[in-house]
Amino acid sequence: MEEFQIFITLMDATFRVATPLILAAMAGMFSERSGVVDIGLEGKMLGAAFAAATIASISGSAWVGLGAGIITSFSLSMLHAYACVTHKGNQVVSGMAINIMVAGLAPTLAFAWFRMGGQTPALKGDERFQSLTLPFADAVRDIPVIGYTYAELISGHNIIVYMAAASVPISAWVLFRTRFGLRVRAVGENPHAVDTAGISVNAIRYQALAVTGLLCGIGGSYLSTAHGAAFIRDMTAGKGYLALAALIFGKWKPLPTLLACLLFAFTDAVQVRLQGVDLPIVGVIPVQFIQALPYVLTVLLLAGFVGKANPPKAIGEPYIKER
Amino acid sequence: MSEQSAKFGTPAKVPAWVNLALIPFVNLMAAFFISGIVIFIVGDNPFQALEVLVYGAFGYADAIGYTLYYTTNFIFTGLAVAIAFHCGLFNIGAEGQALMSGLGVGLAALYLDFLPFWLVIPIAIFAAALFGAFWAAVPGYLQAKRGSHIVITTIMFNFIAASIMTYMLVEILIAPGGQSPESREFEAVTWLPFFHDFLPIPETPLNISFIFALLLSAAFYYFVWHTRWGYEIRVVGQNETAAKYAGISPAKNIVLAMFISGALAGFVGVNEVLGVHHRLILDFTGGFGFVGIAVALMGRNHPVGIFIAALLFGALYQGGSELAFEMKSINREMVIVIQGLIILFSGALEHMFRPKIEAFFKRKSTTQVAEA
Repeated sequence: MEEFQIFITLMDATFRVATPLILAAMAGMFSERSGVVDIGLEGKMLGAAFAAATIASISGSAWVGLGAGIITSFSLSMLHAYACVTHKGNQVVSGMAINIMVAGLAPTLAFAWFRMGGQTPALKGDERFQSLTLPFADAVRDIPVIGYTYAELISGHNIIVYMAAASVPISAWVLFRTRFGLRVRAVGENPHAVDTAGISVNAIRYQALAVTGLLCGIGGSYLSTAHGAAFIRDMTAGKGYLALAALIFGKWKPLPTLLACLLFAFTDAVQVRLQGVDLPIVGVIPVQFIQALPYVLTVLLLAGFVGKANPPKAIGEPYIKER
Repeated sequence: MSEQSAKFGTPAKVPAWVNLALIPFVNLMAAFFISGIVIFIVGDNPFQALEVLVYGAFGYADAIGYTLYYTTNFIFTGLAVAIAFHCGLFNIGAEGQALMSGLGVGLAALYLDFLPFWLVIPIAIFAAALFGAFWAAVPGYLQAKRGSHIVITTIMFNFIAASIMTYMLVEILIAPGGQSPESREFEAVTWLPFFHDFLPIPETPLNISFIFALLLSAAFYYFVWHTRWGYEIRVVGQNETAAKYAGISPAKNIVLAMFISGALAGFVGVNEVLGVHHRLILDFTGGFGFVGIAVALMGRNHPVGIFIAALLFGALYQGGSELAFEMKSINREMVIVIQGLIILFSGALEHMFRPKIEAFFKRKSTTQVAEA
């Protein structure tokens, strides 16, 4: 029973860590399925995290903060679209420009506005998203396994964790069951065919990137107003890149991508628990190596287990209309 | 000449200076303009900031020394990113490669300091190149043979390099009895000579790595445009299919380009660790690897352009620290904003101003032809 409890605690931590990864990965799925590489997920999340923390702190409402985070991420996404779709710029360079710009801009503004060394004030009470207790959670807690799992693992997260969980089936439905989703996928596979059918390739890519901005904004806001309680510089710590890796590892499909996100998050959760623990045979692993575990895992997975990845065929290529 | 450009359908030639100087200049001005707006938003005067920046970078002898010292790093990382670009690769890992090279330099300087200087310094430089090159060649190999996305692997390698460096400094190389994660000071025999050692100038971190960077730039030019290896790398970068058809192996050249790229980035470790700090410390790379991206893009992957862009960023870094000191609302991160904006305008948005400028000059040249 004790091992079961440890497992539940681990999974609980996994869900919390996986939330921004899942949202960013679903965001990246829309962008990349439409044929636009989005290495700027990192910068968009960081921008959203900063805006959400700032506005939540000023307005006193986490929801207003979330709105600001989404608007920020959306604007950055439109900038990406303007550079890559309208002006046919290099998509990786554009994404990197956004990442570096935000990495500088967020602490600059935080320093100028709050004078707290590049951070925002700590959020309290309604300025943060609080954990929700799902109905009957307390009543069923004593039922072994199922009830306990429901009360400890499923219940007791903040609203954005549930949004992340919902984003996977919704994204899958939109991408594979709606006209918009069909067009997004078609634009990513064969933009010429879509153009021939009389649909604007650029318009579809702009729309896909708008969705990317929305989802990334939620993921970024989660970091500063739900998971943490303030904006700290570089608080994304490579999560945008991990999400992208999960997307590639999940072969641009919703369910495998979700599993890849959970795997990365699980590694991170284990990482926290392994610190300073005396393991059989190997002894205590230095904390620096344990912290590097998710990154090493990413390299190993991309190198060894992806197998034949089938990226969208037109990915990375600006569409140039033939005359 | 006039007949050729008058012929229908052939593109009118744009003067070379437009391509090489005017367009990069316009992009740069756009980046500075937006930076000015940011400075205005945070509540300072952009023009005053510019004045402080220029004075801080070039206003007095010390400042120039510091500017050139930063320039040295940016030449190394700029060349590193550029050689990868020539092969069609985006090396975001210069930061991690520089960090690993510092480890190579540090190990050589800490454990081989019984050797004479003419032996230990070349060994340390070689170790820097080798460590950096290895750290870049592995992602290159994974890209070439396993198809793993090089952008993601190089970023992951940055994080892993930081972990290894922290581990080495906290657990193994830490100075005996020391508290902070840094190694003991190297023996003086391993230090690179400063400029102020043999020139009558004030004491600055500027050391002979700067000369080394200039020599490497010349070697870079020769390698890329005048050797078979450079040619093959460029062919792979331009068109992989054509390269294969011509019997050039893309895989081999991808690994080679990354190997060279990592070695070039590795010389940051020489400048910083062997030239300035004389001990191994955490975070001596200070974002220089990422600046290399902006430098390569602005310099259009050519050594001369890279030198000018590196000088600009050297000035920004040095002037930027003066700025953070003098102005009430600006801190060092402002330089990162400018860097991001330069990457945006001269990289991602390079096609924004270009068509308009080119059209203007084409119109001008065709009217001249008509008049003739």
